[in-house]
Amino acid sequence: MNGQPRHATMDGMAVGMSLPVEQEQTQVEPVGTDLAAEDKPWQTIVWNDPVNLMSYVTYVFQKLFGYSREHATKLMLDVHHKGRAIVSSGSKDKVEGDVAKLHAAGLWATMQHES
Amino acid sequence: MIPWERVGDTVTSKVDRREANVLRGLVGQVEGMLRARQDATPQDELAELTGIRTGMSTAPEDPILSRLLPDFHRLDRGDGEPSKEERDSAAALRSLHEPELLDLKTGVAGVVLDTCPPEGGTIRLSLEQAESWLSAVNDVRLALGTTLGVTEDMPEELPPDDPRSPHLGVYQWLTWLQEHLVLALSGDDELP
Repeated sequence: MNGQPRHATMDGMAVGMSLPVEQEQTQVEPVGTDLAAEDKPWQTIVWNDPVNLMSYVTYVFQKLFGYSREHATKLMLDVHHKGRAIVSSGSKDKVEGDVAKLHAAGLWATMQHES
Repeated sequence: MIPWERVGDTVTSKVDRREANVLRGLVGQVEGMLRARQDATPQDELAELTGIRTGMSTAPEDPILSRLLPDFHRLDRGDGEPSKEERDSAAALRSLHEPELLDLKTGVAGVVLDTCPPEGGTIRLSLEQAESWLSAVNDVRLALGTTLGVTEDMPEELPPDDPRSPHLGVYQWLTWLQEHLVLALSGDDELP
């Protein structure tokens, strides 16, 4: 995740700028999933990425899940340092909804069975 | 641009003409990509009858769209191919959820385009509009971050002859804008 920014101006910015076409994908450590065990609860996983801001991720966890500032910060730091964190769990429907909300907020989230 | 200020349920800031131009341009571009994805989604008769929309079942090939519209399962775990069950489940979940996600993302982009004055000036937002700005600006940062290949240890400045240099300046400005909007909305005086 990205830390604290210091830029209040657009240095070297070109007017009428468009998105450059070069492309690169982020790689994150793999993790095992087990989709076979239908009776186990599902988990919502958030993965680290280099763009999402630490403050924003904490804010989203508080806002979407109603977590305390302290708990949201702990989860954010887990994502940042360990590459991933389980941010919620429950029925397939619930976790599916949580992942959808996290996608709307721009976080990289997936769902898996408890392993 | 000046930092966002929150008074009661209103959040305000100011942008100059150049900043408004760049912000609106980039938000509009991301919105255009999302709309193209919407337009490419086949409409079936059953969906029109039932009102239940189904989206695409395959992930976008474009790396920006693929980052904005992620899969519901990790399919790139690095320990061999994902199982058929996983791939089928990811396809079904995408098809089910993508139409709404596209609506939400084009919606927040529309809020920025409606509230950011094209010639620059004061931006005045309700808390709900400010939330939309957060999501829309984040989507633009995800798009730029993907094309620039942003990493966690990326230097603040690239050599002047690096073709990504001007874009990185915009990316960092958007980072600043977003960070201060989070601050204004969470009611904090200082960055955590």
